[in-house]
Amino acid sequence: MKARVLVRPKAGILDPQGAAVERALPALGFAGVRDVRVGRLIELEVADPSRLAEMCERLLANPLIEDYEVLLEGAGG
Amino acid sequence: MKFGVISFPGSCDDVDALMACARVGEAVALWHADHDLAGVDAVVIPGGFSYGDYLRAGAIARFAPIMTEVIEFAREGGFVMGICNGFQVCCEAGLLPGALLGNVSRRFVCRQVALDVASTRIPFTHGLDASARLSIPVKHTTGRFFAPPELLDRLHASDQVALRYAPGSNPNGSLEDIAAVSNERGNVFGLMPHPEHAVDPLTGSTDGLRLFASLAAAKA
Repeated sequence: MKARVLVRPKAGILDPQGAAVERALPALGFAGVRDVRVGRLIELEVADPSRLAEMCERLLANPLIEDYEVLLEGAGG
Repeated sequence: MKFGVISFPGSCDDVDALMACARVGEAVALWHADHDLAGVDAVVIPGGFSYGDYLRAGAIARFAPIMTEVIEFAREGGFVMGICNGFQVCCEAGLLPGALLGNVSRRFVCRQVALDVASTRIPFTHGLDASARLSIPVKHTTGRFFAPPELLDRLHASDQVALRYAPGSNPNGSLEDIAAVSNERGNVFGLMPHPEHAVDPLTGSTDGLRLFASLAAAKA
């Protein structure tokens, strides 16, 4: 099954990449943009999607500093 | 004391670390793909970009074959020093508390920094004067130490903050100017500055050597 894992900096942790993008957008004329956070998208094909949470906890994300979200293809993701 | 320095694919400070260790003891090279610590008393995980820093700095190196032995060695009380990328590896491996995030500046920073000694409880800093100020270089992009509030409280309660950037010298936005921490037991130590690059008067400071000498004086 195809899956996508979204990894984001945890709320409250300063995200300098997001801040840089947030500053860059108005410079290009895009006003009204707030709370930009830059994360990672990991796409993978998995035989057993029930193990994805464990994969995220142990490798794909660092739970101390990152939140993750698993999206399964065909499951409304 | 017999030191072992691990080389991973992408390590770049392993040779300097070996030379620094050889000034205070015996130094041998260890290879990431081996399961052998060669009977060393202390393991140094050096700086660099192990496994290309893919995913997160230290995230892949943490699963290198030799890390199984390093984790067991640390659990038994063996000395482990993680420098820069080695610090990141130790955090990812759960040997040290916290995590290293991208520098607030988003830039690679490479310069000499002033460090204050925050604790002399551990063998790595035991030989230093508590009021000492060290001059040691940093060179990294991912060096912003972070720990959530409850973990930070535990670090303070257990005296695990070992070195701080001197006031005004924080190069990366680290929480509370933290430059080095240890585990609770005090046998694993991680720091972003590079003591192995400050061991010879030729390069301006020998303060880094004091950390290696402090460890070498400890009972293995």
